[in-house]
Amino acid sequence: MLDKELVVSSSPHIRDNDNITKIMITVVIALLPATIAGIYYFGFKSLIILLTTITSSLITEVIFQKVRNRTISLKDGSGLVTGLLLGLTLPPTLPIWIAIVGGVVSIGLGKMVFGGLGQNIFNPALVGRAFLLITFPVKMTEWINPVDGLSGATPLNLLKMEGIKTNYFDLLIGNVGGSIGETSVILLLLGGLYLLYKKCIDWRIPASYLGTIFLMTLLIGQDPIFHLLSGGLMLGAFFMATDMVTTPITKKGRWVFGIGAGIILVVIRVYGGYPEGVLYSILFMNGLTPLINRYTRSKIFGEVSK
Amino acid sequence: MKDKTFSFKGGIHPPYSKELTESISLTQALPPKIVYIPLQQHIGAPCDPIVKSGDKVKIGQKIGDSQAFVSVPIHSSVSGTVKNIIDFPTPTGSKVKTIVIESDDSYEICDTVKPMGDINNLTSKEIIEIIREAGITGMGGATFPTHVKLSPPPEKKIDTVILNGAECEPYLTSDHRLMVEHPQKVVFGLKAIMKAVNVNKGIIGIEDNKPDAIKNIKKIIANEPSIQDAVLKTKYPQGGEKRLIDAITGRKVPPGALPMDVGIVVNNVGTASAIADSIQKGMPLIERIVTVTGNGIVQPSNMIVKIGTPFKEVIEQCGGYSGVPGKVISGGPMMGFAQYTTEVPVIKGTSGILVINQFDAYSEIEQPCIKCARCVDVCPVGLLPIKIANYSQKSKWDEAEEYNALYCIECGSCSFICPAKRPLVQRIRLVKGEILAKKRSK
Repeated sequence: MLDKELVVSSSPHIRDNDNITKIMITVVIALLPATIAGIYYFGFKSLIILLTTITSSLITEVIFQKVRNRTISLKDGSGLVTGLLLGLTLPPTLPIWIAIVGGVVSIGLGKMVFGGLGQNIFNPALVGRAFLLITFPVKMTEWINPVDGLSGATPLNLLKMEGIKTNYFDLLIGNVGGSIGETSVILLLLGGLYLLYKKCIDWRIPASYLGTIFLMTLLIGQDPIFHLLSGGLMLGAFFMATDMVTTPITKKGRWVFGIGAGIILVVIRVYGGYPEGVLYSILFMNGLTPLINRYTRSKIFGEVSK
Repeated sequence: MKDKTFSFKGGIHPPYSKELTESISLTQALPPKIVYIPLQQHIGAPCDPIVKSGDKVKIGQKIGDSQAFVSVPIHSSVSGTVKNIIDFPTPTGSKVKTIVIESDDSYEICDTVKPMGDINNLTSKEIIEIIREAGITGMGGATFPTHVKLSPPPEKKIDTVILNGAECEPYLTSDHRLMVEHPQKVVFGLKAIMKAVNVNKGIIGIEDNKPDAIKNIKKIIANEPSIQDAVLKTKYPQGGEKRLIDAITGRKVPPGALPMDVGIVVNNVGTASAIADSIQKGMPLIERIVTVTGNGIVQPSNMIVKIGTPFKEVIEQCGGYSGVPGKVISGGPMMGFAQYTTEVPVIKGTSGILVINQFDAYSEIEQPCIKCARCVDVCPVGLLPIKIANYSQKSKWDEAEEYNALYCIECGSCSFICPAKRPLVQRIRLVKGEILAKKRSK
C-alpha cells in the first residue's frame, strides 16, 4: 500500500476540460473571417497594423509582468485577443507607430494597471482605441475605400455629413470604408454565431443591444436596418459588449447592459458630435457593470419575494 | 407514448464514466477477517458501545446505541470476538471510536434477526421502530437517520414519498445495479415508507441514462396503482433532494426549509432496499453495495461489502491498483472524500470507492477569474459562486453570508465548470464553516 503517496484534496475531483486559453483561441477563430476580409478590402498595410497591435500588446504585457515580478501569462491568449480586437478597430491607413502606442495603452492602461487579466473594469481594446481617438483625432478618422484604396468616408460619416445612405448589400459584405475589421457584417455575424454555438458569449447582450438600437432608431424615424449594418456595431455587439471580464455576471444584468449600451449608442449617433457610438456606449456600460451586478441578483432556489 | 422527462434549472454534464461498471452484476465481497465498525457512521449523536473487548458477537447483533433521537444503532457485520475499541479513521476524514471485531469464520446469525411478518399487520409506528433498530440511514451518502426523516412533526402534512434513484454522481452505479437486479426490494421498501408516513402516493425518480433500471422498476410497479416512476433528465446534481422534488413535482422547497415543508419525504433507493431487508429478513444494515471503479482499478465492480471492511481489502478483491494510484475517493468524484489511507472501513454511507491514477489526480494551477459567469449559470441554487468565493478568499464572512453562502449545497458544479480552475466550492465550504462558527459563538 502506497498510502503516503495518495493525493488528498477537497471535492470535486474532476474538472471540465475547457480553459481560458481555449476560450480566447475560440474568440480569435471567430474573428478570423472578418479579419481576412478586412485585409482583402484594405490591403497589406492592414495586416501590418494587426500584427503591430498584437505584438505591442503582448510585449507590453510581458514587460509589466517582468517589472511586477509576476508569472508571464502570455499563453492564456487574452493579450492576443486584445491586440487583434484593437487592430480591427483602427483605420487601415494609420501610421504604424500610432498602432504601437495603441497596443501599449490597451494593455498597460486598460488591463495591467488594474492587476491584469480579469481585474480590469473597461474593455482594454476599447480603452486603447478611445485613447488614440482623443490623442490623434485626424489620423484616427482618415478612411479609404475598399479595394481601390482611394480616400473616402464611412457610411455613418456619409449619412451624418452629406445625408448619403449606403446600400444594404455593400454594408453586408463590407464593401465600404471603415476600420479594418468592422465592415463585413456577414462575416462578423458568422463569427458571433460561432461564439454563441461554442457558448463563449451570452445571446442576451447582442440581442438586447441590437434590439434596443433597432427599436429606438425606428421610433425616432431613422432607418433601423442601416444603423444595425453600419459602423462597428456588429464587431462591438458580438466581440466587445460580450467580453466576459467587463460585462455583468447576472443574466438580468446582461439585459440591462445591452439596453443601456443601445440607448447610449443611438443618442451619440443621432444627436451627438461623433458619427459612431459603439466605443463609448460599451465603455460607459463597462463602468456601470459592478453596480449592475449588485442590483440584479436573482432570487435563489425556492426564495419568495419579500 | 414517450415518457415526460423531468429536470431542473442549472447543473452540469460531467463525463459520467458509468460504462465501467453499469452492466456488471453485483458480487458478494469475500467475508472480511477483521472489521472496523465506527460508532458514528451517521449524522447525529454517536453511539455508545454496548459490547466490550473479549465479548462474542454474532452477525446482526447490536453493538452500539444511543439515547438521542437523531442517531441510529450499529450492528456487527461478522460473527467473532470484539478485540478492541479504538480511535480509528473513517472515510469522512475524522477519527471516531471504532469497534474492532475479529471474525471466527462461522457466520453465525444473531437470534434477534428474524422476519417481522406481513407488512400489512405492522403499524406505522412499528415500521419506524424496525427501521431505527436496524440502524438504517440515508444510503445516498449523507447518512441522515431514516427514522427521523419518517417522523415529521404532526403539523407537517406529508402527501408524497419520492424514492431517489437518480444516481447523478459520475462513476457510481450501485443504485443502478440495485434497481436492475432487485427492483422488488426497492418497491417493497417504498411501500413500507409510504405506510410509515401514511401516504398513498409514491414516485421513483430515475435518470434516463439507466433504461434497464427504468424497465425493471416499471415491471414491478405495473400492478401498483399508488406508485409511479418519473424519468429524469441525466444532469448533475439531479439527485440533490430539492432539485429532485422540483423536477418531479414542481414544488420548490424554500431556502432553509426541509422537503417535509412541502409535503414530501425523499429517500434513496438503497435506503428502501435496506428497509426491505429489515422487515422481510429482520436483518439490520450490516452490508451495502459499493461501486469500486476508476482508471486506477484493475477490475471495476459493484460489490456487496460488509460494513467495517477496510477499503484496501475491497480494492484488492477488484484486482488491486492498475498503475500507481493518485487518489482514493470515498463516494463519487463530485462530492466524495479523498482518503489519506486505505485502512479506512466501508461505512453505511460508502456508495463507492473511486481510484484515480496518479496522472489525473493533481488539480491544475488556478488562473485569474475572467468573470465568464459559468459558475453562476450552473449553480442549481441560483447563487453567485464567484462572489461568495471571492469574499471567502478575502475573509469577508458577513458579505459572503449576505450572498446566501449558507444555502450552498456543495455540489461542486461551479468548481467543475470553472475554466480558470478556481477552487470555488472549496472556498465556499470554508466560508460556510466560518459563518456557522461565528453564529455558534454568539
